[in-house]
Amino acid sequence: MTERGYNFAYLDEATKRMIRRAILKAVAIPGHQIPFGAREMPLPYGWGTGGIQVTASILGPRDVLKVIDQGADDTTNAVSIRRFFRRVAGVETTERTAEATVIQTRHRIPERVPVEGQIIVYQVPQPEPLYKLEPRRAETRRMHALADYGLMHVRLYEDIARLGRVATAYDYPVMVDGRYLMAPSPIPAFDNPKMDRMPALQLFGAGREKRIYAVPPYTPVRSLDFEDHPFRPIRAPHACALCGSSESYLDEVVTDDKGGRMFVCSDTDYCASRRDVAQEAAE
Amino acid sequence: MSPLLAARDLTLRFGAIPALDGVSLEIWPGEVVAIVGESGSGKTTLLRVLSGQQRPEAGAVLYRDPEGAEQDILGMSEAALRRLMRTDWGFVHQNPRDGLRMGVSAGGNVGERLMAVGARHYGSIRAEATAWLKRVEIDPARIDDLPRHFSGGMQQRLQIARTLVTRPRLVFMDEPTGGLDVSVQARLLDLIRALVADLRLAVLIVTHDIAAARLLAHRLLVMRQGQVVEAGLTDRVLDDPQHPYTQLLVSSVLAA
Repeated sequence: MTERGYNFAYLDEATKRMIRRAILKAVAIPGHQIPFGAREMPLPYGWGTGGIQVTASILGPRDVLKVIDQGADDTTNAVSIRRFFRRVAGVETTERTAEATVIQTRHRIPERVPVEGQIIVYQVPQPEPLYKLEPRRAETRRMHALADYGLMHVRLYEDIARLGRVATAYDYPVMVDGRYLMAPSPIPAFDNPKMDRMPALQLFGAGREKRIYAVPPYTPVRSLDFEDHPFRPIRAPHACALCGSSESYLDEVVTDDKGGRMFVCSDTDYCASRRDVAQEAAE
Repeated sequence: MSPLLAARDLTLRFGAIPALDGVSLEIWPGEVVAIVGESGSGKTTLLRVLSGQQRPEAGAVLYRDPEGAEQDILGMSEAALRRLMRTDWGFVHQNPRDGLRMGVSAGGNVGERLMAVGARHYGSIRAEATAWLKRVEIDPARIDDLPRHFSGGMQQRLQIARTLVTRPRLVFMDEPTGGLDVSVQARLLDLIRALVADLRLAVLIVTHDIAAARLLAHRLLVMRQGQVVEAGLTDRVLDDPQHPYTQLLVSSVLAA
């Protein structure tokens, strides 16, 4: 049942049109940040206003929406955003990666990499990969324009000099199509390789910073590294305590105050379906 | 042979004040040219115009690139100019804070230009940085220290290492010894002189320190109110000044 008094998917048509134009431009220039007039949304900045606006603009009545937060379908943010779109757009929602046409995500890419025809929408807190190194936006724009990215390597150099390895574990900077340096949003570096030549369209929305960018399907995305210190995705050296997977990205869950802990898949859908398959096999 | 950098009839006014008034000059490969003059005489403006950071109202700046082709600096695209600025040219600022990244280690500072031109091998970047720290007399053990923990003289030497690491052919220096005490100045001048001879650098140095100019420069340009009032070999200009202003400048130098 759709809420009355709201336009389909909450935003008015003119706003959606404006955002779609930004998205089209972003797709045309992979990795390049396109400014857009982000609207006030009925939730605070930092909770996914950018992602929600992108999702609202691309959603059609026949779409099936999945929302994940840190890989999980059952956390507050994921549940609320799913319910929001059920109410204002009346679209079907799902927790299954395979059934979704649009996947809005915060901080993860599903273990089952999105396929052709799917769209993955990232919530982005900080779209500018250089902001910690160069606070002036006019200057970072110039650096992007001139592909002047030596500074980013300086940061990696500093990490290796101080710690012996690149310490960036999330929001690990990537080069898109050999041209634009891009912040992949705070996904773990573990997920970076999934972005490379992904068959699905990847859209990024930053609401507070008012930027949209995109990676079209099958676009090369390379994590920055040095020849003698190649990029290595980091993963906890355990198997999931629930499904036994030794390939998925794990969350560490503290279970008591005596040092007890367990490692479980952060992707709840992946974990649950693996357990279903195991149970069926046992029966 | 032809000049490395040639400027013709540069003119620039800030309101009613002529910062550059028909300035022409040439810099030849391996030559150190000093520009002296009082504050406000247009020295720094000239440096900024020659290095493409500021546009003059009239005039031309031509640069001969390593392939021997003549480039019009003022007509260059920003990308080409930036590439020139981080490979074939160098700029040493008066205040090392302007030329260094204070939050990045000494090694990272030296390596930045290498990485900017595409060096992607950590080991060789580090080896190059170590070699350059030694060359500018900084203990290589301090490669991972931040410049803000360095003394003023060390910061300035680090800035020079960072600038020279890509083996530029032309270096602009804006009062490189300003703000340092005399003994540190002397050491820095010594170092610059050795490096310039070693690498056969062409240097354009702006200074109001006549002694520094005498020590480093082959040729001297005296500027006043945006005009070059006297130019010639350093010793000739300083020992036999012709223009009244140069005479005043030379006679104002304090003898220790």
